[in-house]
Amino acid sequence: MIDNITILGGYDKNGEKEPVNKVTVNKGEIFGVVGPTGSGKSSLIGDIEQLAQEDTFSKRKILVNGKEPTYDDRTNPRKKMVAQLSQNMNFLADMSVGDFLNLHAKCRGASQVCVNKVINLANTLTGEPIKDDHDLTILSGGQSRALMVADVAIISDSPIVLIDEIENAGIRKHDALEVLAGHGKIVMVVTHDPVLALMTDKRIVMKSGGMRQVVSTTPKEKALSQKLNKIDEIMLSLRDQVRNGEVIGDMNTIKLDL
Amino acid sequence: MRMVIVAGTPGSGKTAVLIHALRSLNERNIKSSVVKIDCLYTDDDQKFSKIGVPTKIGLSMDMCPDHYAIYNLEDMISWAEENESDLLVVETAGLCHRCAPFTMNSLGVCVIDATSGPNTPLKVGPFLSTSDIAVITKGDMISQAEREIFRERILEVNPNCKIIEANGLSGQGCIELAEEMLKSEEVSLDEEKLRHSAPLAVCTLCVGETKVNKKYHRGILRRIDGFQSYQGE
Repeated sequence: MIDNITILGGYDKNGEKEPVNKVTVNKGEIFGVVGPTGSGKSSLIGDIEQLAQEDTFSKRKILVNGKEPTYDDRTNPRKKMVAQLSQNMNFLADMSVGDFLNLHAKCRGASQVCVNKVINLANTLTGEPIKDDHDLTILSGGQSRALMVADVAIISDSPIVLIDEIENAGIRKHDALEVLAGHGKIVMVVTHDPVLALMTDKRIVMKSGGMRQVVSTTPKEKALSQKLNKIDEIMLSLRDQVRNGEVIGDMNTIKLDL
Repeated sequence: MRMVIVAGTPGSGKTAVLIHALRSLNERNIKSSVVKIDCLYTDDDQKFSKIGVPTKIGLSMDMCPDHYAIYNLEDMISWAEENESDLLVVETAGLCHRCAPFTMNSLGVCVIDATSGPNTPLKVGPFLSTSDIAVITKGDMISQAEREIFRERILEVNPNCKIIEANGLSGQGCIELAEEMLKSEEVSLDEEKLRHSAPLAVCTLCVGETKVNKKYHRGILRRIDGFQSYQGE
């Protein structure tokens, strides 16, 4: 069981010691990683993915439950603790959704019952329903992302989930993060999107390759995040209406209660 | 001489991954020499020389690049010895995926592209099944589910290999590869053997026949229905 991971700071791009030298993320917690482009967000995620032991360019060290992971924990592909989701990921397998999920479940030693659970969960995250006989490669961006989230939550039983920029995905981002955290996972999300950044518990601020500071989300920010989420919901529903050929008539039905 | 042989599908990122790994070895003062075997053209020598590693190119032209690499190993080793290198790295561009250029005591590295589809590990043959290390590249472009399926398929084909997930652009995973390269052993060529025999290929086409009609062909011919016969004297 993994209850927490700890990131021990290394060096930034200029070879200086990182200002933040220790961050612990607990199970069920959502952590954000923010910072300008090129500030080292993806490298931080990469270090966690590899459970770095001062052996990557940043010289960071990752502890699991406060201890160094064993060599086997780090390298045995069947024990991989980390699952990833990113904007750049695509489904490339030429199969139906059902066959694909079955194959994945088989690889992970999971029960075939999972398949319907994954599809049902994915359909709560996106407007356009996915069916098990759909071809995987023709799913829309939103459907693909929703299916990836649901698949990571249910079939990939990796306890740590790293999310790299899923903001433009056309899915209910809030719900997606809650689904993952709700499955008892440690969730870290790299984002520029305030909807996501403000719903995390804490966020690591990156600058020139180093962890600059850790900001705890304030109650005010959490409340703002709820409101931003409503705007997001409105955008998604308008998106569906436009898609379905409807004419958007009455703007009064949209209440932006900020 | 310690020898690392790197094979992989075209465009999988063999050179990119190697450059990051060799840079990491440079930092530890481990001197390597690289031989790049390709068929018709390569400019990879420029990339390797940028990081200060002596590089030699072998173009096999109309020969199979793996066969060409295998019987030139002795010359490559003496060249690396002249350079006073600790390590000889041979990167080959195998084409038909039926050869594996790995020898018994070399470190065999197979670089395989995750975007090539979940069935690729089952298709590529001995250069994956007899490798010590399988380096998976481009995993950041496919879904988590497909990554897991890809890994599992590699282990089906080669249960004992070590899998390294690497990114040729960012260098992620390449230090781990460098660590493994350090574990390679001394090879003495006199007794050295291939891990897997090169495929059967002794027909008229092998010696330059261009006519396609069956009647022009001699040697060991395998028919599409599975029957195999010897035509000739």
